[in-house]
Amino acid sequence: MENVSYVFVAFAIVWAVVFGYILLLLNRQRRLQQEIDLLKQRLEDRKGGD
Amino acid sequence: MKITILLWISLALMVTALYLIFVIAPIERTMGIVQKIFYLMVPMGWLALLSFLVVFIGSILYLKKRSLRWDILSYSSAEVGVIFTTLALVTGSIWAKPAWGVWWTWEPRLTATLVLWLIYLTYFMVRSFATEESRGATFAAIVGIIGFIDIPIIVLATTLWRGLHPGALIFQGGLDPTMLLTLIISLLTFSTLYALILMQRISLKNNEVEIKRMKELSQPFN
Repeated sequence: MENVSYVFVAFAIVWAVVFGYILLLLNRQRRLQQEIDLLKQRLEDRKGGD
Repeated sequence: MKITILLWISLALMVTALYLIFVIAPIERTMGIVQKIFYLMVPMGWLALLSFLVVFIGSILYLKKRSLRWDILSYSSAEVGVIFTTLALVTGSIWAKPAWGVWWTWEPRLTATLVLWLIYLTYFMVRSFATEESRGATFAAIVGIIGFIDIPIIVLATTLWRGLHPGALIFQGGLDPTMLLTLIISLLTFSTLYALILMQRISLKNNEVEIKRMKELSQPFN
């Protein structure tokens, strides 16, 4: 049963990388959305000021 | 909405796949428990190929139509593909140690998969080295098309060169029906995850483009 460690490591690596990548994407998406909202607001403010 | 539906399908499939792998699928007689890595290794390999097929199609369409959406599709699929190819190589190596006694061997399919990984890296390198973004996209598209030659080599490697790889076993009907079902569910699980991640990555890239456009728009005001 010593080979169980190989199975454990393989599954742990795959799931950690897949979920880590998904979390990374979601985090970047959230930050980009905030930046878009900020830029939209700034553009509208500038238009209103003209 | 589509992403949420896909997320729930992925989660349901994930639980089913893990149940099938560890509870239902029998332990293989020769290899023992290590054979369970097979249910990860094969989907990772499949997604490495699928990602590059999408890169190939996206690259052709980008060169033909010069539309940014095809470049975004190719770029996103290449990024997801490089992750799955890395995982295919890593799980393959973990499988190789107990099965063949070595972490790495220059077996035809493994070598061709390593070449695919290097092609993916080249795809990103030519893009980052280009002075203009559109030129980078064009060079990357050319790599995406030429690099596709490696895909049939990977697929046919086990039949052409009779390597140590167990891949051919699936098509020769040498797999227990329960093991085959487990493998199919595992393939479905990771394919759904690929679709989910790809959609998320495309949406992210679209937002990056949108920000760039908005910054350009706001520049005359500064």
